[in-house]
Amino acid sequence: MSLFSSLGALELGFIYSLVALGVFISFRVLRFPDLTVDGTFATGGAVAALLISGGHDPFVSSLAAMLACGLAGMITGWLNVKLGIMDLLASILMMTALYSINLRIMDGPNIPLITSDTVFTLTQPGSIDDFVWRPALLCVIVIVVKILVDAYFSTRSGLAMRATGSNLRMARAQGVGTGRMVLIGMALSNALVGLGGALFAQSQGGADISMGIGTIVIGLAAVIVGESILPARRFLLITLAVIIGAILYRFFIALALNSDFIGLKAQDLNLITALLVAIALILPKLRRKRRNRGGA
Amino acid sequence: MLNAQDLFITFNPGTPIETRALRGLSLTIPDGQFVTVIGSNGAGKSTFLNAVSGELMVDSGTIQINNEDVTRKSVWQRAVNVARVFQDPMAGTCEDLTIEENMSLAYCRGTRRGLRPALRNPLRDLFRERLSILGLGLENRLTDRIGLLSGGQRQAVSLLMAALQPSKILLLDEHTAALDPRTAEFVLQLTEKIVASQKLTTMMVTHSMKQALEIGERTIMLHQGQVVLDVSGEQRRNMTVTNLLQMFEKVRGEQISDDALLLD
Repeated sequence: MSLFSSLGALELGFIYSLVALGVFISFRVLRFPDLTVDGTFATGGAVAALLISGGHDPFVSSLAAMLACGLAGMITGWLNVKLGIMDLLASILMMTALYSINLRIMDGPNIPLITSDTVFTLTQPGSIDDFVWRPALLCVIVIVVKILVDAYFSTRSGLAMRATGSNLRMARAQGVGTGRMVLIGMALSNALVGLGGALFAQSQGGADISMGIGTIVIGLAAVIVGESILPARRFLLITLAVIIGAILYRFFIALALNSDFIGLKAQDLNLITALLVAIALILPKLRRKRRNRGGA
Repeated sequence: MLNAQDLFITFNPGTPIETRALRGLSLTIPDGQFVTVIGSNGAGKSTFLNAVSGELMVDSGTIQINNEDVTRKSVWQRAVNVARVFQDPMAGTCEDLTIEENMSLAYCRGTRRGLRPALRNPLRDLFRERLSILGLGLENRLTDRIGLLSGGQRQAVSLLMAALQPSKILLLDEHTAALDPRTAEFVLQLTEKIVASQKLTTMMVTHSMKQALEIGERTIMLHQGQVVLDVSGEQRRNMTVTNLLQMFEKVRGEQISDDALLLD
């Protein structure tokens, strides 16, 4: 793998770290299987691309993308909590709806951002190449987001959210408004995914209707890879593991696609991802089985 | 103070498996009183407790806690007044969270949970001090996951947690039933200690008639969703399990066939 493709993998790894943190909040903290992210990743890109191409500030546009996606996540939560629709189904409904909404936002299947200023071009010092600067800036963004997420989960509200996912009945008995916690958590999760989408569109030169496909599997892959490589109990370490998982995952993919002798092509990406997640899910079970057999 | 008036709850109404769990149950518990509740399986003990905590909404009747009508309020809205220890030791704590995190959750019961830190050193000192009462060495294990603790240890911590914030009523739902006899005895003594020291208004459901008479200051018996026996004071002090059984038979005019009631 060349330096160029390594930095490319790092760049995507940081972007998907944000997705992975979002997926971690819904799947692991709230235990809410949320497929909305397939929609909100593209929504984030679409909103950011629309605003940026309309001449708005890229930073403000990225924030607007986060807000839009947070709202979408909140609606998924609302469908589940207030209307009693099963969590998985509620998120599929929202994901489906977002496909149309994204087409409406972009007024077409894509918005290119080749010539527009982005958060990357605006901040890039003259002496650094763009393919170096983008992962560097993304690294800073991911670190800031991680610190903020960690900080939130150490507050009373954050702890209440963890309790909501861990033991709903207990959380209620302790006076936690669990419905509200789900709404906030889903908003937070999807806002992070939306930020990932907004930065993805800016780093890859535009937003596209298909950019969200498979987001949930990539996010899950990152979470699972991270957890198996760095099994930790402390929250600070778990979020770190999730980020490392996302980066490793992108490197793994880049390696697979760049190794000519395997014969994989870019279109095999989702297949590889699905296989990877399946393997990562089976491995711990196999290991446990073998250990049990050894112990008996 | 708890004031429940004329509570009705029917499960699966209008179906062949219709169950009339509460049938006009009324009960008033004054401040600071420790009431034990007995009754056979299906008498409505757990249903009544769940109605008070808000986990079940009553079909009709009113529930007042501290002179405030909470009949239509949800569990978490009532939590400011209601503390609870579940029968299942796993139910009352979050096993993925640490001991101190669980205690912090309970410490914030009934308060607004904002962006203040969930844990601070003064709070940890308070938790250590409370945990040391147990004599289980848990005060040195604040950052251990609570899932690592045994059922009895978790139940003891649940009790401490219930008493971290003042409550208007403490609900104990057969909280020793899932424990081995010695641990059950330990948790029971702890219960008496905490209830007495904080003068908590308490309602304890139990399967054991002996326990029901020995602990607390008033015993009520439920049958078919109603209070059929209510003894306290002198009458209760002189009472034995056999008396209790006889009274129950007299009141109901029928023989008790449920073994669970005869077990001490």
